[in-house]
Amino acid sequence: MKTESRLEKVLTSGVLAVTSEVGPPRGVDPEIVKTKANMIKDHVDGINVTDNQTAMVRMSSVAAGIIIKQMGLDPIIQMVTRDRNRLAMQSEIIGAAAFGIDTMLCLSGDHPKFGDHPMAKSVYDIDSIQLIQTVKKMRDEGKFQGGAEMKGKPKMFIGAAANPFADPFELRVMRLAKKAKAGVDFVQTQCIFNLDKFELWMKGVEDRGLDKEVHVLAGITPMKSVGMARYMKNKVPGMDIPEEVIKRLSGVTKEQQPEEGIKIAVESIERLKETKGVHGFHLMAIEWEQRVPEIVEQAGLYPRPEF
Amino acid sequence: MITAEQKPMQEIIQYIEPYDKILLLGCNECVTVCAAGGRKEVGLLASALKLDRLKHGKTIDIKEITLERQCDPEYVEELVSVIDDADAVLSMACGCGVQTIAERYNKKHVYPAVNTKFMGASLSQGVWTERCQGCGDCMLGITAGICPVTRCAKSLLNGPCGGTSNGQCEIGPETDCAWRLIWERLKALGLESRYEELMEARDWRPAGGAGPRTIIREDLVL
Repeated sequence: MKTESRLEKVLTSGVLAVTSEVGPPRGVDPEIVKTKANMIKDHVDGINVTDNQTAMVRMSSVAAGIIIKQMGLDPIIQMVTRDRNRLAMQSEIIGAAAFGIDTMLCLSGDHPKFGDHPMAKSVYDIDSIQLIQTVKKMRDEGKFQGGAEMKGKPKMFIGAAANPFADPFELRVMRLAKKAKAGVDFVQTQCIFNLDKFELWMKGVEDRGLDKEVHVLAGITPMKSVGMARYMKNKVPGMDIPEEVIKRLSGVTKEQQPEEGIKIAVESIERLKETKGVHGFHLMAIEWEQRVPEIVEQAGLYPRPEF
Repeated sequence: MITAEQKPMQEIIQYIEPYDKILLLGCNECVTVCAAGGRKEVGLLASALKLDRLKHGKTIDIKEITLERQCDPEYVEELVSVIDDADAVLSMACGCGVQTIAERYNKKHVYPAVNTKFMGASLSQGVWTERCQGCGDCMLGITAGICPVTRCAKSLLNGPCGGTSNGQCEIGPETDCAWRLIWERLKALGLESRYEELMEARDWRPAGGAGPRTIIREDLVL
């Protein structure tokens, strides 16, 4: 074991892992973080804490992660290279480790254009792959990115994102290979609606033996409505929503659409459980955390293992 | 080439509002090519400024000069005989030119009439696009002649982010995904394996991270 991460323990044991996420509030109230974390805590092995997602200012992921850690739970800190340079990120990693946080996700982040500060200058001193390298060097060699020795090592289980659906498709397995080479331990994928395409990508991952190097957690998002599905199809970059999903949601009444969305999510998990190389699931129930437990239960992923 | 665009008229008018005698300076280099501050634009701007004054029942004396290069002290020296006649200088050169004038004639009020935009290439008549950020450590030899520092909206060095749709950047369909272009060209050249080489974190000092940059060529220094 590289770390004390509960997610690492679950994945190493061979049990399908379950993670989900909490979006920190756009304000100072810690109770919002606690309430959301409490909704999902018994049904997941780790709780992602998003980092200014969609480039909107929120409570920092490390601060919200500390709140979750102090509840005795297992935060997975997301860190985007958009907002901070390598000095700021390394100091955040040390700070998180000092509070016992042991799992993180290295991301490039949505462009500021999409957020509430489109006039901001993005940083991008390093990219997500270079952040993976940075964390690995701190963890394994006890050295900063710049080469100097640090005191103590932040024992981080290192995650990243993978989007099998963005263009060009043929690069997407190679992109995972680069992240593996950089030292990533696990990836959470973009929301999967086009299961055929995902399985094609996984086949490529398996053919190269990358499933032996990296744990792939399949990303699942329950649709609340056909409106949400249409929005994601047309407005969210790098999203692949097949017409069947839209049809299925529009085939039921508005009141029934949330249940249909959850049904689709559960069916997706059932199918992907059988996909070789899928080592778990990452549930992104956007502002819908309260429905995570039933999805986990219906998909036969409950109870979660104790460590 | 350095590209520029004329500032909004109202901003220029406000700058020169206190003055009656203006030296309006064009430059015969980049801003001439991108039609922002050459001899022709100097003439057009002078007419427009005079017209604006006339509308308010006033006049303005504008002397028009277009230097060979405003960023070169040798040519800027040519203004010695005329500079004292002007209350202020309005420069249509890029920021390098404006600063060279201000530095040489340090008691003179100097204003920019253009916004300097970027180092760009011409795509077609009247269209320029950014191609280089002058990062000081060119990696075009590795990336198949397409610059990710400049052309990826996140300056990602190891491949495309997850936001690419239909080959376009997540910031909008008018911007090609730089890494899609790089990949297509690597493929066309039979250099696919290059993609998987990890690009380590950059040293940004040559890009300006260490402060303003200077080149000193000992072989040329007098």
